[in-house]
Amino acid sequence: MSDTDVRRRQFLKTSVGAAAVAIAPGMLLFDMAHGKTEAVSSKVRWGMLIDTANCADGCNDCVQACNKENGLSGGLSPTDSQWIRKVELNDMRSGRTLALPMMCQHCAEPPCVDVCPTAASFKRADGIVLVDKHLCIGCRYCMMACPYKARSFVHEPLHDQKPDVPRGKGTVESCTMCVHRVDKGQQPACAEACPNKSILFGNLNDPDSEISRKIRTVASTQIRADLGLNTGIRYQGI
Amino acid sequence: MPVNSFSRNEQYYFYGLVGIGSLLLALGLFAVHAMEEHGHIITGMNNQIVWGIPHVFAIFMIVSASGVLNVASIGSVFGKPMYKARAPLASLLSIALLAGGLTVLMLDLGRPDRIIVAATNFNFTSVFAWNVVLYSGMFAAVAIYIWTMMEQRMNPWSKPVGLFVFAWRFILTTGTGLIFAFLTARQAYGSALLAPMFIVISFTWGLAVFHVVQSAIYAWNGKTHTPEIVRRMKNLLGIFILGSLYLVATYHLTNLYFAHQSGFERFILKEGGIYPQLLWWGYGLFGNLIPLLLIFYPGMGKSRCALLASLLVILGGFALLYVFIIGGQAYPLNIFPGYEVSSSFGDGQIGLYSPSLPEFMLGMGGLAVAFLVILVGIRALNFVPHDKPHVAGASD
Repeated sequence: MSDTDVRRRQFLKTSVGAAAVAIAPGMLLFDMAHGKTEAVSSKVRWGMLIDTANCADGCNDCVQACNKENGLSGGLSPTDSQWIRKVELNDMRSGRTLALPMMCQHCAEPPCVDVCPTAASFKRADGIVLVDKHLCIGCRYCMMACPYKARSFVHEPLHDQKPDVPRGKGTVESCTMCVHRVDKGQQPACAEACPNKSILFGNLNDPDSEISRKIRTVASTQIRADLGLNTGIRYQGI
Repeated sequence: MPVNSFSRNEQYYFYGLVGIGSLLLALGLFAVHAMEEHGHIITGMNNQIVWGIPHVFAIFMIVSASGVLNVASIGSVFGKPMYKARAPLASLLSIALLAGGLTVLMLDLGRPDRIIVAATNFNFTSVFAWNVVLYSGMFAAVAIYIWTMMEQRMNPWSKPVGLFVFAWRFILTTGTGLIFAFLTARQAYGSALLAPMFIVISFTWGLAVFHVVQSAIYAWNGKTHTPEIVRRMKNLLGIFILGSLYLVATYHLTNLYFAHQSGFERFILKEGGIYPQLLWWGYGLFGNLIPLLLIFYPGMGKSRCALLASLLVILGGFALLYVFIIGGQAYPLNIFPGYEVSSSFGDGQIGLYSPSLPEFMLGMGGLAVAFLVILVGIRALNFVPHDKPHVAGASD
């Protein structure tokens, strides 16, 4: 073997070694970033049952938990994002008053997904309605189409975002049902924070889940059920 | 100003106009830059009034872009020589208005830098996405139409292409109406009537815009309208005004009949502050009644009256769109029928909106785009209507 050949072999060996060292950590991170490998399944439909009778007047714990979890400012101006809000209701005929938390209703037939020109608004197989922040062009047509006023537009530059909850100036956002927590087997922040356990989170498709059992036994309603959107959030006591 | 001095300095006036147009465009782009930099916080829009003044400008221009082609269609499709002579100008106006309207619409996006996503990721259930196809198709169809009219060898094709454009713009304006008609949960929208309403309104606004531009071109060139042309076009404008008034009235009257819509109509027609004012005075009186008098009242209807009527129709159009788009959003969504509601997010409250300067600058920038396209188009190519004598017996 000539000297040149030896040098060439040496060079190739060193190059391959260097390339492996350079790529390996990247591959490792890539794998970690992907998280769970199995896709979400339509066998699950995440939903909530909210008991308005237990929802205390003046209590705002679910709203604060949502703001903290998702890195929202908590500002209340018309240009601030509010993914969940407390709505006070007064029955005009009887005078009965009640309060309830209102957020994206995670419709089975979401109007926001129908109207979105770029398919940035989408519904996961497990029923969670989300906005892909890379595809949203900020046209706000989904905000026009949403019957629940559930969506907010990011009007200002953002700072200190949560790594798990990507947001973006000039795009539309709404309640994600804390998808990053749900995927880790946890509850959405609002459900966990409610002091009266008024927000029951679970799988609507599993007949044995607590939420399904409760929906079978108590009278629950979907808001604007007349629109036929089959919401994932149900209310008790309206 | 004596005609001689004007024609001697004509090119300076032309460049002066180009300068004014460019300045307005630059101001519009500056507003876009500011909105990019600071976000939509510098506009008057918010989470309840999500579409504002830019959309009033954009939709006015897009709807007029379709309607102005009526002039061409009457010429090409129905074979009226007087209108045929005006078809190229009408087509140029259509392209110009469409360009202006789409510029505003695109630059008002939260992420205008991502506009290409609208072409690469296409959601077939979205009427917005359909409109992307309809608007770009309209550009192409009208450009080909102009070619068939201006290139003599292509003349035989101008009738079939004209027919195609005629059909296309019907679908296009239907699409614009459907943007609102598909919003089932909003009290102001969600009516199938909106599609035909937008079509008839487009005829009115388009003809008014055409008349204003044509009058300006005639004045610039020291020409005068022949009384016959003025008489025909102003009568047609009068009929279109009555047609759109009929549809707008029907839309509100049907709403008044539905008990669940009476709150919204009370807001828009009576108690909503700026919105009823604009609807009754802006649209009703200045946009309809006075133009109709100027057109049909005995002794009226001369060239100046027709021009004034057209200008008022345009003004009324802006008033109507302001009420329709912004007033329609200001009225709160009826999420809990039968309940009085309140929250930190404006539930049950009338949405507040005060348009900001950058929004107007963006809207005016869009008008400037249309203005510059028309100005340069007329200068560079032969778009000025030439009425041939002895055309009474001609069939096309």
